[in-house]
Amino acid sequence: MDLLNAAVAFANFVLIPATAYGAQLALGALGVTLIYGILRFSNIAHGDTMAFGTMVTILVTWGLQGMGMSGLGPLPTALLALPVGIAACALWLLATDRVVYRFYRAQKAAPVILVIVSMGVMFVTNGVVRFIIGTDDQRFADGERFIISARTFREMTGLDEGLAFRTSQGITIVVAAVAVALLFWFLNRTRTGKSMRAFSDNEDLALLSGINPERVVTVAWLITAALATTAGVLYGLDKSFMPFTYFQLLLPIFAAAVVGGLGNPLGAIAGGFVIAFSEVTVTYAFRKVVSYLGPADWSPDGLLQLLSTDYKFAVSFAILVIVLIYRPTGLFRGKAV
Amino acid sequence: MGGGSAGRPAQGLLAEGPGRTVLLFGLVAVLFVGTGMTQSWNTTLAIFNMGLVSAIMALGVNMQWGYAGLFNIGVMGFVALGGLAAVLVSMPPVPGAWEAGGPRMLLALLSGAATVAAAILVQKRMPRGKLRVLAVAAVLVGGFVVYRSLFDPARDAIEAVNPAQAGYLGGLGLPIVLAWPVGGLIAAGAAWVVGKTALGLRSDYLAIATLGIAEIIIAMLKNEDWLARGVKNVSGLPRPVPYEVDLQRNPAFVERVSAWGFDPVIASSIAVKLAYAGLFALVLALLVVAAQAALNSPWGRMMRAIRDNETAAEAMGKDVTRRHLQIFILGSAVCGLAGAMMTTLDGQLTPGSYQPLRFTFLVWVMVIVGGSGNNLGAVLGGFLIWWLWVMVEPLGQGLMGIVTAPLPDGSGLKAHLLDSVQYMRLFTMGLVLLLVLRFSPRGLLPER
Repeated sequence: MDLLNAAVAFANFVLIPATAYGAQLALGALGVTLIYGILRFSNIAHGDTMAFGTMVTILVTWGLQGMGMSGLGPLPTALLALPVGIAACALWLLATDRVVYRFYRAQKAAPVILVIVSMGVMFVTNGVVRFIIGTDDQRFADGERFIISARTFREMTGLDEGLAFRTSQGITIVVAAVAVALLFWFLNRTRTGKSMRAFSDNEDLALLSGINPERVVTVAWLITAALATTAGVLYGLDKSFMPFTYFQLLLPIFAAAVVGGLGNPLGAIAGGFVIAFSEVTVTYAFRKVVSYLGPADWSPDGLLQLLSTDYKFAVSFAILVIVLIYRPTGLFRGKAV
Repeated sequence: MGGGSAGRPAQGLLAEGPGRTVLLFGLVAVLFVGTGMTQSWNTTLAIFNMGLVSAIMALGVNMQWGYAGLFNIGVMGFVALGGLAAVLVSMPPVPGAWEAGGPRMLLALLSGAATVAAAILVQKRMPRGKLRVLAVAAVLVGGFVVYRSLFDPARDAIEAVNPAQAGYLGGLGLPIVLAWPVGGLIAAGAAWVVGKTALGLRSDYLAIATLGIAEIIIAMLKNEDWLARGVKNVSGLPRPVPYEVDLQRNPAFVERVSAWGFDPVIASSIAVKLAYAGLFALVLALLVVAAQAALNSPWGRMMRAIRDNETAAEAMGKDVTRRHLQIFILGSAVCGLAGAMMTTLDGQLTPGSYQPLRFTFLVWVMVIVGGSGNNLGAVLGGFLIWWLWVMVEPLGQGLMGIVTAPLPDGSGLKAHLLDSVQYMRLFTMGLVLLLVLRFSPRGLLPER
């Protein structure tokens, strides 16, 4: 029995990665849920929106690195480039709104038509991203790699098991917390934020009380651009950037938004962590952790892995199905259009 | 709408009606014939054959979306299941693999199915409450342990048999044409499972559920080596038509085509493609006839009535969820059929090549552009968009060559632009979709 080492191994392979991944999913799901609440459709282009903002951030990061920067001290240069990425992403989203979505809004088109329209936007965004940066894996992280490396941790504590805490994971958690705090402050304290909530809850009443719908929609796209780009850059720093992976993130992000209750920001955050923790726990091979818990010099026969990592989508899907069966409006009552 | 303005019915050939259908199909025919004249007939036939398959996929999606308004973005998964059927039906059984682990594998799969069935039974029979949740969880966890304890050794045993060439169970060794209906059946089974859980809820839930099931099916095909070799691919599937080399060795064939003044090698390749085209066209024709008959029957009218006003249809005593399930299964089965045909045409199953943009969203573009709710429109969209998908790249290459001509050779930008031409097709497809949705939302051949 070696509880301490088991706990460290668990933290190293499950707790920390899942927390970082959960924060990234939560930011992504917040964007989806916001568009759903204000514009009332499921935005299929969201994964590619993330890719677009991230791409611009990467290009700016490379530019800065080309000028001789190698990180803001221990922090990656990408954080400095992030505002530019957000701005570019906001411009792109506002452009698609003006050119594409506004027409259907004026027509009061059915939500499913808007979903199909967002499919067209997805194709175009996808094409633009691949055209500019290609389909390959791009790494753009610099600065200090670890906050605590496995070796430092072992030397510090004298334990057998190392605990690595990467800078990207630390940044993810901090940045996500700041972003969420800002978002909730905005939604609950400012006039514009309150008018957005009113618009989301009851469009007719909101219009009656003089809220300008176009302004609400514009602000919703701006916030979505900030959330999507931040989520994309954090994911890219933590893992790597590849346009197709970002497209695939759509599934866990949607699962997170649905699990939390579409249209409910708090639910999106909870959903992100539910999906991330389930995904990492189910696909992690628990052999090491369990062998610490058993008698010394013993280790279990198998890997003790419930599912291979390639089936991580199955986890999002299974949770989605369970929620759909037992609680179709999500854990936190979302809305149903 | 495309030709005419929205308010006034258009005059002349572009007016809606049979004339317009003939004209647009004629235009698509001109595109294909033009490709044949300017490039090669071999290429054209290859595009045409995939066009036939695409048209069938579009028919399937049109049933779901056009007839019933169901939003399925997991077409790729059903197509891939059809491909799996082609392997399972047509490949010869792998000697030794069945003896090594076949029965055990079947037992494992049965135990898995029994677990799910038992869980559903418990869920249905026990009274609501915490106890029921615990019981369902216990059945699932217990069943999973039993399943894995049977499955893992069986999988290892099967995959250990001749891993370089086989490493899987193989198929039944039956004619590959049989795989087409079987592919439809397997896809229908998967559709039943998805439909049972996600239909009857909000429409976007079905979309997300189908998106998920498609990714899972592809992950399964990539990872379950015992089933269809995973990413090692199964190649050399038997063919329903003769091989080119056999034709070239056949003196009667060589003599005849030489008499007509053709090169036997090219002629053999064209003959094989024509044979495929004949088979596929037969299937497509049968499907179109059946789909038209269904759409114009009382059943078809009921479907459209449900699509246009669910509440009213429900008030008339129609079971909306059941009908939705029915059409969802039918449409998915057609996609599965098309998937089996496509794998037959390719002669191999390559799970790595299934991309959602190509197999789900492109089919959607076909349906929307062709005209949702109109079977002939879906077929037209299938041919037109597939042709466009293939031809955008060479066309873009030419265009980009002109655009980049002023740039100096060896400049990084020029190389990058020329390299990136291949992604033009995504952009073009999105643009086509958005333009059609905006200016001609009912498609080229609108529903009557």
